[in-house]
Amino acid sequence: MAGEAELVRLTAAQLAERLDRREVSSVEAVRAHLDRIASVDPDVHAYLHVAGERALQQAEHVDRDRAEGRAASPLAGVPVAIKDVLCTLDMPSTAGSRILEGWVPPYDATPVARLRSAGLVPLGKTNMDEFAMGSSTEHSAYGPTRNPWDLTRIPGGSGGGSAAAVAAFEAPVALGSDTGGSIRQPAAVTGTVGVKPTYGGVSRYGSIALASSLDQVGPVSRTVLDAALIHDVIGGHDPHDATSLEEDWPSFAAAAREGAAAGSFEGLRIGVVHQLDGAGFQAGVRQRFGEALKRMAERGAEVVEVQAPNFEYALAAYYLILPAEASSNLARFDAVRYGLRVDPGDVTVEQMTALSREAGFGPEVKRRIILGTYALSAGYYDAYYGSAQQVRTLVQRDFDACFAQADVLVSPSAPTTAFPLGEKLADPMAMYLNDITTIPANLAGVPGLGMPIGLAPEDGLPVGLQLMSPAREDARLYRVAAALEAVLEAEWGGPLLDRAPALGLHGAGGTIRSTPGTAPAPGAGTEPDGGTA
Amino acid sequence: MAAPNATDVLLDYDEALAKYEPVLGFEVHVELSTATKMFSAAPNPAAGDDPAAPNTAVAPVDMGLPGSLPVVNAEAVRYSISLGLALGCSIAESCRFARKNYFYPDLGKNYQISQYDEPIAFEGSVEVELEDGTLFQVPIERAHMEEDAGKLTHMGGATGRIHGADAALVDYNRAGVPLVEIVTKPIFGAEHLAPQLAKAYVATIRDIVRSLGISRARMERGNLRCDANVSLRPRGETRLGTRTETKNVNSLRSVERAVRYEIQRQAAILEAGGSIVQETRHWHEDTGTTSAGRPKSDADDYRYFPEPDLLPIRPSAELVQQLRAALPESPTQFRRRLQADYGFTDSEFRDILNANVLVELEETVGAGAAPAQARKWWLGEILRIANARGVEPGSLVSPLHVSELIALVETGELTDRLARQVLEGVVAGEGSPEHVVKARGLAVVSDDSALLAAIDQALGEQPDVLQKIRDGKVQAAGAVIGAVMKAMRGQADAARVRELVLERANA
Repeated sequence: MAGEAELVRLTAAQLAERLDRREVSSVEAVRAHLDRIASVDPDVHAYLHVAGERALQQAEHVDRDRAEGRAASPLAGVPVAIKDVLCTLDMPSTAGSRILEGWVPPYDATPVARLRSAGLVPLGKTNMDEFAMGSSTEHSAYGPTRNPWDLTRIPGGSGGGSAAAVAAFEAPVALGSDTGGSIRQPAAVTGTVGVKPTYGGVSRYGSIALASSLDQVGPVSRTVLDAALIHDVIGGHDPHDATSLEEDWPSFAAAAREGAAAGSFEGLRIGVVHQLDGAGFQAGVRQRFGEALKRMAERGAEVVEVQAPNFEYALAAYYLILPAEASSNLARFDAVRYGLRVDPGDVTVEQMTALSREAGFGPEVKRRIILGTYALSAGYYDAYYGSAQQVRTLVQRDFDACFAQADVLVSPSAPTTAFPLGEKLADPMAMYLNDITTIPANLAGVPGLGMPIGLAPEDGLPVGLQLMSPAREDARLYRVAAALEAVLEAEWGGPLLDRAPALGLHGAGGTIRSTPGTAPAPGAGTEPDGGTA
Repeated sequence: MAAPNATDVLLDYDEALAKYEPVLGFEVHVELSTATKMFSAAPNPAAGDDPAAPNTAVAPVDMGLPGSLPVVNAEAVRYSISLGLALGCSIAESCRFARKNYFYPDLGKNYQISQYDEPIAFEGSVEVELEDGTLFQVPIERAHMEEDAGKLTHMGGATGRIHGADAALVDYNRAGVPLVEIVTKPIFGAEHLAPQLAKAYVATIRDIVRSLGISRARMERGNLRCDANVSLRPRGETRLGTRTETKNVNSLRSVERAVRYEIQRQAAILEAGGSIVQETRHWHEDTGTTSAGRPKSDADDYRYFPEPDLLPIRPSAELVQQLRAALPESPTQFRRRLQADYGFTDSEFRDILNANVLVELEETVGAGAAPAQARKWWLGEILRIANARGVEPGSLVSPLHVSELIALVETGELTDRLARQVLEGVVAGEGSPEHVVKARGLAVVSDDSALLAAIDQALGEQPDVLQKIRDGKVQAAGAVIGAVMKAMRGQADAARVRELVLERANA
């Protein structure tokens, strides 16, 4: 039997194989991850809630079923972490907000219910920016998550908890939600994989809404195949979500395996979006991005530059549409039926609601509610919300034009590597600019995949690549990404995360890096910059 | 909210009409009787008879729980299209839901899912028949789909009203009940018949939704709710006057009275040189007055925007055609057909219309009663109780029960007198006529031996009567019959008693 340290480093696919061969039990796998959480999470703070006992019980149940020849799915027994934006019957669901502290929903979100039906075992709920508003997880009401690559830096956001949990081997896979990059940007800065599916590809039922027309739930993992395996489980039509697509989806895992086996990009037209090509981005990000393109070109891809002139306005449009929808979605937090209630007595219900929202919402949430309320107001609607919707249409047309010339579009996932905690907290605009590359996909509803492509030479921190395909063509992303992953890992001699610094046992003196770029580089010959190929 | 204002100055109605032209407008909310709610699978209380315990007929989306999502009830859409067609409206090829944002504790999400700039039905016209047989066309602007809100109950405090209450309880059972709101265009030309037109219009909408089978249409239960807009303009003026919107008008009689009241109240203000405040007003059934509600301006900002959780509704041409083909006759056609079928005179029929029991009568006949009997009961005992209580006859008893009652009389199980007692029991909620008969022990005594015993006793007590009968003075039997009926506490068939008395005397 594998030791605990080895168990937590297995991918979901590897773990599933061992579970299937009964070389390891789900209880052992869950216990290994719970021990890992106990040892590193005091530093990382990826989790808001760990359901230890319950997870072990569920693991026992899965083991019993498997022993009786009734494994729910090939992934039965694999542990999973759940972003706190998703409703869970047996765990509090706060969306990182004080206003929902301790609230346990009477239902599971559909993606969670599907994971459970497939026998996956939820370990707990992961940290996030309050109501998914942010790019650093610093806007969580329960304190920030730290980047496992450098505990002084942000893990991205809003899904920093899920990305950090996976990067720190506190879970093999996790669920995230992506409204403007909340899965892909954390993946970029933690060296993990994250997918925002086609809008409507995964049910939003039970996902606490930020912006309904942009939100999409998706997988977070360390490998492309693992993301595909989870996507296969959580995706597909759900009658509880009217915007859920009634598609017959192909197997994404099959697409990923095909791509990895081929290891080639023959016949693939890759479009580099001129407006997202990295001008003005961090040098190391641009360098790794260029190298990744080169690898694909060397193996048969045709790389073309495409134009998306309206992407310039995407950020502005996004920051009108999102707050507008959010101001309405968050109106339900009124202290009448659930959640935080501030009631000094002798006040009207209106005053009670106002006091509760004042105390329960953080500054970023208030900022966006005010923005959105203003954007929807009579007399301003056409100028703000109306214009933003027009830009959205133009962005969609830009995508159509680009996809006429290319099969997939690529860009860096984020402009920079992980920045230090606190650096952009006082400057909302700088924070918003983090999502400049990821937002267009949400506005158009097309799928986007973020994956690691190396470490930036100047700070030794992960750099991510974003792949985008036409709506409903999620399988294409998995095929291409798995191929690129195979090429890069062959060059690196293993996964990028092997190069992440070891996290110390809690209380036993960790290896917290206080300054960037001081981690001992792995052997120079295997520097994951592709330079040795 | 101000208390009902008994000190409103009213101008004489005829004088008001001489100086001002009334312009009307109506917003009628119809609760659809689909099995489930507009956006959830929770049972729809507007389809049932017994109210569920508070907050039991709810799904997560009705409570506005985080993460819950609405899903459109396809049956409600079909009902709405049928209603739109019956109102002579065009049906939108594509329409959307929108969010109407405002904070109120009975609204779980703090926004109502409604339709704003894209209603499902628009531009129609409804034919309304007034008491004298005049037909009036009411122009319809739109009919749109939306969800109902929950209900607040204010607890404690001195007034029982919102202000001064100590606490409020919220019941979300009604939240999410499917509604269609029917909005008229301004209605001109009703003149002195304006109050009557108001009543006839709402009655027509009620008859339409009932004949379509899309709503229980019980006004007293809020299945059908009317907001009446009234404005006046001086004779010769072409611009519209400032309007008020009177809410909470929950019976046909009240609609008529409220419109009349507003005309007289507004006229008095204008006559005194004052101006009308644009506001909602609340109708008070007990005092027959309206009082000021909240000020309402056209600039109320609900921050409408398209509901992102729902896709546009695109009814197929086939569906619309199919629903159009299935439309029942209009209320006017319905009336004409019934009058001919039942053979009622014009005056008999007008009485039925005025009492608002046509639909009840038709359903009673449909359940097996003879038209003349049905008319006798609805315009007789039932109308008498309704008038005494100031309610609609239809709210007292169901047509099915009336037809059962009539059948019991026909078969001789009840006398008319007993049947009236049974009706009392049914109205009091004691159950079906059969049930009341059993529970109250009201069946006619048809056991001859019991009757004969009573007859023998009566004859024994009045020997002179026996002799008179034997002498051929048959009318003398009346005294004995009376005594027997008294002994049987009325529960005997007097004709049978008479037969037996004569048999006995001549034996």
